[in-house]
Amino acid sequence: MLSSKDLLGLKDISKEEIELILSTAEAMKEILFRDIKKVPTLRGKSMVCLFYEPSTRTRTSFELAGKYMSADTVNISTSTSSVVKGETLRDTGRTIEAMGIDLVVIRHSCSGAPHMLAEEISASVINAGDGMHEHPTQALLDMFTIKEKKGRIEGLEVAIIGDILHSRVARSNIWGLKKMGANIRVCGPMPLIPPNISDLGVRVCSSVEEAVEGADVINVLRIQRERQDKGFFPSLREYAKIYGIDREKLKGAKEDVLVIHPGPVNRGVEITSEVIESSCAAIEEQVTNGVAVRMALLYLLLQGGAKGEGAN
Amino acid sequence: MKVLIKKGRIIDPINELDMVGDILIEDGRIKEVGENIEAFQAKVIQAEGCIVSPGLLDMHVHLREPGYEAQEDIESGTAAAASGGFTKVACMPNTDPPVDNAAVVRAILSRAHQVGSCGVLPIGCISKGQKGKELAEIGFMVEAGIVAISDDGKPVADSSLMRKAMQYAKAFDIPVISHCEDPSLSSGGVVNEGLISTELGLRGIPGAAEEIMVTRDIILAELTGARLHIAHVSTAGSVRLIREAKQRGVKVTCEAAPHHFTLTEEWVKDYDTNTKVNPPLRTIKDVEALIEGLADGTIDVIASDHAPHTVEAKSLEYDNAPFGISGLETMVPLVVSGLIDKGILSWTEALKKLTKAPADILKVPLSGIAKGSRADITVIDPNNSRIVDPASFKSKGKNTPFKGMELKGWPVLTICGGKITHSIFSDN
Repeated sequence: MLSSKDLLGLKDISKEEIELILSTAEAMKEILFRDIKKVPTLRGKSMVCLFYEPSTRTRTSFELAGKYMSADTVNISTSTSSVVKGETLRDTGRTIEAMGIDLVVIRHSCSGAPHMLAEEISASVINAGDGMHEHPTQALLDMFTIKEKKGRIEGLEVAIIGDILHSRVARSNIWGLKKMGANIRVCGPMPLIPPNISDLGVRVCSSVEEAVEGADVINVLRIQRERQDKGFFPSLREYAKIYGIDREKLKGAKEDVLVIHPGPVNRGVEITSEVIESSCAAIEEQVTNGVAVRMALLYLLLQGGAKGEGAN
Repeated sequence: MKVLIKKGRIIDPINELDMVGDILIEDGRIKEVGENIEAFQAKVIQAEGCIVSPGLLDMHVHLREPGYEAQEDIESGTAAAASGGFTKVACMPNTDPPVDNAAVVRAILSRAHQVGSCGVLPIGCISKGQKGKELAEIGFMVEAGIVAISDDGKPVADSSLMRKAMQYAKAFDIPVISHCEDPSLSSGGVVNEGLISTELGLRGIPGAAEEIMVTRDIILAELTGARLHIAHVSTAGSVRLIREAKQRGVKVTCEAAPHHFTLTEEWVKDYDTNTKVNPPLRTIKDVEALIEGLADGTIDVIASDHAPHTVEAKSLEYDNAPFGISGLETMVPLVVSGLIDKGILSWTEALKKLTKAPADILKVPLSGIAKGSRADITVIDPNNSRIVDPASFKSKGKNTPFKGMELKGWPVLTICGGKITHSIFSDN
C-alpha cells in the first residue's frame, strides 16, 4: 500500500513502496504480452493526462497504461504560457476535478507544479516530470529494467552521464537508486553538474572513463541542443568526443554492463548508434517497462487502497 | 489631544537616553520628559515594562502606488507601517510609472499627506524608467523631496552609468542605494544556489551574483567618493566585503532584512512561494555572518524590504510567483525575538538600527525624545507574545513565511506627530 494519494517524487517515498511498485509492475508486464491487452481492473475510473510540455512517449505510455486497464483517459496538452496568461494551474486542477476525475498525470515546466496541484485537489496526482525536479516514473522504469536485467539493484555501480543540472531523470534516479542500495557516480561537463550534488551521496567524476570504470549500469542522459546555445559546453562534437558513450569508453565497465537511456536519443551525440544497437543496450525494453510501471502505479493509486485523508 | 506615557523604559539612541520615566505629549510635540509627570485630561498609557523609543524608520519598503494598488497603496502601506511601529518609511521607486521625475515624487508626497499614517520619504530612480540607460532628473527629484536614489530590483548593470550616478548624487549629498545583483549570474534564478536548488530542481542564484556587484559598487564609491548604501545584504561574502571596505574608509553603509537573518533556504522546501524573495533566503552560514555583522556594526540598518503581493500572484508556480515578503508588520518582533532576546544586540543597538542609523544615511532630521521635539514615538512590549496572523495585517500583502510563528516583542503603541496611529490599549 502506498502511503500517499499521489506520486510526486522518489525523494519522499520509502524503499518498501518502491519495491511494491516494481513487483506490481512485474505482474502488469505480463498483460502487455497477451493477445487481448485489456483487463477490467480500472473500469469506471477516469484519468487526465495534463501536459504543459510537449511529450510523446511519456504521455502515450500513461494513456496506454490507463487504456489497457480499462480506465477512461483524456489528454489535455497546453503550453505553459497560457497558464501564465489565463487560467492558473490551481483553477485548472479544480475544474477537471469538478468533472469527476480520479487521477491526474501532470507534466509541467515548473518544478513543484505537481506538488501544488496535489495540494489543491483530492484526486490522485502523478508527476510525469516537473521542471528540473523529478520524473519518478522514468526512474521507476529504469530501476525495473535494471532489476530485470541484473536481478538486483543493491550494491550495483551505476553511472549517470550527461546534463545532470537540468535533468529531472537524474534526480529521481539518484533518490530511487540510493534507497535501493546502489552506488552512484555522475559525470558531465562541469557547468552541467549541479551544486552540492555530492551531498546527495553520489560521487562526481571529472572524466567519463572514471565514471564508467567498473560500472554495472550506465544511464546516458539526453543532451539538449539549447544547452550549448546557453554556453554550458562549447560544441556538440566536442561533447560527443569527450562525454559521448561509445564502444571504446565502455571498455572500462563491467563486461555485462547495461546501458539505458530515457530517450529520445540523439544518435552520435550522447551515445553512438553502435552502442544503441549492441546487446548491452535495453532502450526499447525500457519503453515497454514504462507502460508496465505506469499500469502498476495507476492500479496502486486507484485500486490498491493507497490513501489516507490528507496523506499527500 | 494630550497623551501621557507613564513609567516606560525610554531608550533613545539619538539623545543617548536610557531611563525609566514619563513622556507628556501635547499638540503634536513632546512637552515634557521626566519622572512622575502629572497632566489633566490626558490619555494615560501605562507603559510599565515596555520600551519607549523614538518613532521607527524603515528605509526600504514598497508602497506600490502608483500603479500596483492591488498589491498595496499609500494608505494601506502606511497603515501597515504604523501597525508595525514605524513613523517613517522610505519607499522604493519601482512603481508604474516609476519614480523617475519630480511630478511622481510630488504625487506620492501629496497622497501620503492626505491618507498616510506615517511619514513617507520617496526614493527616486537612478535611471529613466529604471532602464539603466540614462540618468533620471535626479536634481529635480531632490528639489521635490527624494532622500536617495536607487533602481532597486533592476540593478544598474552598466558600470559607467553607476559611476556617473554616484558622481552626480554626491553633489546633492544623497546616498545611492544599490540592490546588488549581477543579472548575468542570477538570470532565471528563484532560490539560493546550493543543495536546496539542486534538490528542488529550481534555478539557483549564487551568492557571487550579489558579491560581484557589492565589490563593483564599493570600488565605484571609492573612486567617486559618493555615499553608497547596499540594500538587503544576504551573504557572508557581502558582509566581509563591506566590513573590509569600511575599514578602508569607504563611505559605504548597508542594511539587512529580518527574513535574511532569521530564515534559511531550508524554508523553501514544499515550494511555499511566500519564501520566494530576492535576494533569496541563503544558508545557515550566511545567517550567522549577518548576525555577526549586525553585532559588530558592519550592518548599520535593519530594513524590511516590505514587498506586498496579491494572494493570486503568490498562488502561481514557484517559478512564476513574484519575489517578495510583506515585512512591515513582523519586523519589530523579529528583531526582538531574534536579536535582542538572544543577546546579540542590546535594545539601544537594535533601536539605533531602526532610528538614528537610517535617518543619518538619508539625512532625515530626527530629534528623538526631547522636550519640544515632534512627537514620533513607538512603544514596544518585550513580553507581548503573539502568533503571526497575516489576516490581521493592515497591509494588503498577506505574503509572509512567518505565518503561524509565535513571536515576542510587538509594538503596542505608535504615535506619529502626536497622533496615535496604532494602539492595543483600550480607550480610557
